[in-house]
Amino acid sequence: MKKRIQWRFILIGATLMLAAVFFLPNTPFFKAMPEWWTKNMPDKGITLGLDLQGGIHLVFEVEGEKAVEITTERIAQSLKDIISKKKLNAEITSKGLLITVAPSSMEIRKAIEDNYPVLTPVETGTNIVYTISDKEAKRIKDNAADQALETIRNRIDQFGVAEPTIHRQGTNEIVVQLPGIKDPKRAIEIIGKTAQLEFKIVDDASPVAAEIPATVAPGEEETILKKFAGKIPSEDEILFEKKVNRETGVVRKIPILVKKQAALTGDLLKEAKVSLDSSRTGFPHVSIAFNDAGAKLFDEVTAANVKKRLAIVLDNTIYSAPEIKERISGGNAQISGSFSMEEAKDLAIVLKAGALPAPVKMLQNITVGPSLGTDSIEAGKMAGIIGTVLVVVFMIVYYRLSGVIADFALVLNIILLLGAMASLNATLTMPGIAGIILAIGMAVDSNVLMFERIRDELRAGKTPRAAVDSGYNKAFWTIFDSHVTTLITAAVLFQFGTGPIKGFAVTLSLGVSINLFTALVGTKTVFDLILSRRDVRKLSI
Amino acid sequence: MLELIKNTKIDFMGKKKIAFIFSGIISIIGIIAIIQIANGKANLGIDFAGGTSIQLKFEKPVVLHDVRKALEEGGLKDFDLQNMPTVNKILIRVKKTEQKLGQTSSEVTEILSQKFSGNKYVVDSTTEIGPKVGGKLRADAAMAIGVAVLGILIYVAFRFKFNFGVGATIATFHDVLAVLGVFYLMGHEINLILVTALLTIAGYSLTDTVVVFDRIRENMKIRHKEPLESIMNASINEVLSRTIVTSLTVLLTSVALFFFGGEVIHDFSLAMIMGVVIGTYSSIFIASPTVLLWGRKKTFARRP
Repeated sequence: MKKRIQWRFILIGATLMLAAVFFLPNTPFFKAMPEWWTKNMPDKGITLGLDLQGGIHLVFEVEGEKAVEITTERIAQSLKDIISKKKLNAEITSKGLLITVAPSSMEIRKAIEDNYPVLTPVETGTNIVYTISDKEAKRIKDNAADQALETIRNRIDQFGVAEPTIHRQGTNEIVVQLPGIKDPKRAIEIIGKTAQLEFKIVDDASPVAAEIPATVAPGEEETILKKFAGKIPSEDEILFEKKVNRETGVVRKIPILVKKQAALTGDLLKEAKVSLDSSRTGFPHVSIAFNDAGAKLFDEVTAANVKKRLAIVLDNTIYSAPEIKERISGGNAQISGSFSMEEAKDLAIVLKAGALPAPVKMLQNITVGPSLGTDSIEAGKMAGIIGTVLVVVFMIVYYRLSGVIADFALVLNIILLLGAMASLNATLTMPGIAGIILAIGMAVDSNVLMFERIRDELRAGKTPRAAVDSGYNKAFWTIFDSHVTTLITAAVLFQFGTGPIKGFAVTLSLGVSINLFTALVGTKTVFDLILSRRDVRKLSI
Repeated sequence: MLELIKNTKIDFMGKKKIAFIFSGIISIIGIIAIIQIANGKANLGIDFAGGTSIQLKFEKPVVLHDVRKALEEGGLKDFDLQNMPTVNKILIRVKKTEQKLGQTSSEVTEILSQKFSGNKYVVDSTTEIGPKVGGKLRADAAMAIGVAVLGILIYVAFRFKFNFGVGATIATFHDVLAVLGVFYLMGHEINLILVTALLTIAGYSLTDTVVVFDRIRENMKIRHKEPLESIMNASINEVLSRTIVTSLTVLLTSVALFFFGGEVIHDFSLAMIMGVVIGTYSSIFIASPTVLLWGRKKTFARRP
């Protein structure tokens, strides 16, 4: 008998040690440990959730449909070339997801469908309307989400965030978690910018260009676009340049007529960095360098368009539209605008990381400042300590020595819970702290049920020894049942909950499971020890 | 032995009419709350309804009225404010708008930076939920409650006879409805964290019911000649003190959370407090009488 009690104490001691080893990284002692320890022993511990350490949790939706539209337009452009090369006569227009070929003939159809088997006709007649096949569209969307994920990862790497979490969710969503970030707004802008850089020739030669007003107030863009909708040549479009008066801060928009087709795009960039041109303006600008193919193209474009203006367009907004004074070889250019240093830096980051294949839309943004996190931890500690003290005192007052035993099991429970969380490298959230505190209240329930049972047995006239044994046996299934029902709901919460609530489910379910061990093995061992020592006549319960 | 309650002989079963009427009323309020939530008429949190919520911590005390005026003058529409005066914090909630996500929060901070230039603030937290996510979270929450209740029903039916399962499930449902109903009546926010509390209550309130049922099962074997109603009464009286003590310990921790746990889980702890109290009541007054209504004695009792 005595030996079995000894073994159980050893088991309890061993689990305590194990818990301490796992939890050590969360204490200041870990740093003081020798090197062989820090290298070989668990070093992760419990991670604080975003709600406790501050940070942002973002969910973006990749607008895959737009990627399909972009591809459709690109195919339409190349079809025009194919048709004209083959000396065929057909007009090709693209709108949204549709490409219309007018008129259609067997020959034209063959030329198109041989080159682009992914196109499926949706309407045939004198004209033919194509769209990208469903399978291909799905592939493009999937690809767009993958690429967007990669690009966002690049941008965040360059922005410099410690331990970001970036992953895909569902078919077209991207989840970004940045712990401990100081400037959430800036990060959101860097991630969410499409950063489609295009160089477009300004069509000042068109007679319409002269009719367009020089500047408009912000908000009047739509009216201008509507007014000129039918007038501008089909290969042109109106884009706006934003001008900020540096003295007064007044914003004006300059409508500019440009060629729809970009002469050059940002995917040919090799490098983008901020430089300060102190001699001229003192304002930062972004220097860009093209790769070889880009440099060659830039050289050609500038050579062919000397004296014309070249608009530098980012996400359909013109940053500047300088005149091409002479042919530019070497592939270097700069983007100037009224940037602050920060804006210029961010622009360089997004240009270097590349454009998103399709725009992304923010679906969810949860930002927690570092001070709220600290407040929450403090409040959680306070509530935990007070809750524990209340329970501990109550148990001693109500159950005397047995209450002390229950409290011993409770402390055991808390230590093992922290150890278990650390061993799983679980994330502690604010609801998670609440889960621990609730688990403290629930943990002593098991002991209450047993103690009451033992009291029943004592009242029935049993000896302390027999009362404890049968009390434990009879209370076991009641305790088991009540734990399982709590575990069922915790499992459901884990399955359906978001981050912080998952944290709650983890702490509550671990707390309740460990309680089965501490209540059944922990307190029983102490009782057995007391009862084995001498002939106990009266039990303090 | 310190005992809270000693040798009671209360006729709990005799009070079932009053209990059923009382519980019927609070359950109906809970059901009304669910209908209102489904129709979008309750005070849904932004995690369910979509929208923006910003919590700001000011250096110096601010007057709520001034913030409201500043935001109104700045052109912000359809918002409500909540004050946490002891910590100089203000919570601004803006209902969903047509605006792009991110725009509302920058608008708010810009307006307040301008108007309160003498009183600096830090942004404690910003939560922006698009309508699509709100809908998904709503569906998830409904699904979670459904799955949890089903899981509990199956487990209890497996451990006890079917009519005990029904009694336990009805009592559990009753607890969840009651807390939800009270939150609805108080105009408190219905959000994810409340749903978490409701599910926790569902899991926990069964503890007391299981304790009572276990004792009934046991007594039915020993006193099989007695009518079930008196067995139930005796059993409830026998376990009354432990039913109350177990609830009391969880109540103590919930109260600690409520008063000291900080604003993030304030409503959660409030719901837990209500849930524990109502759960204790229902395990005494509702669970067993429901079993009695459902069937006869011989169909009971299965021992593991």
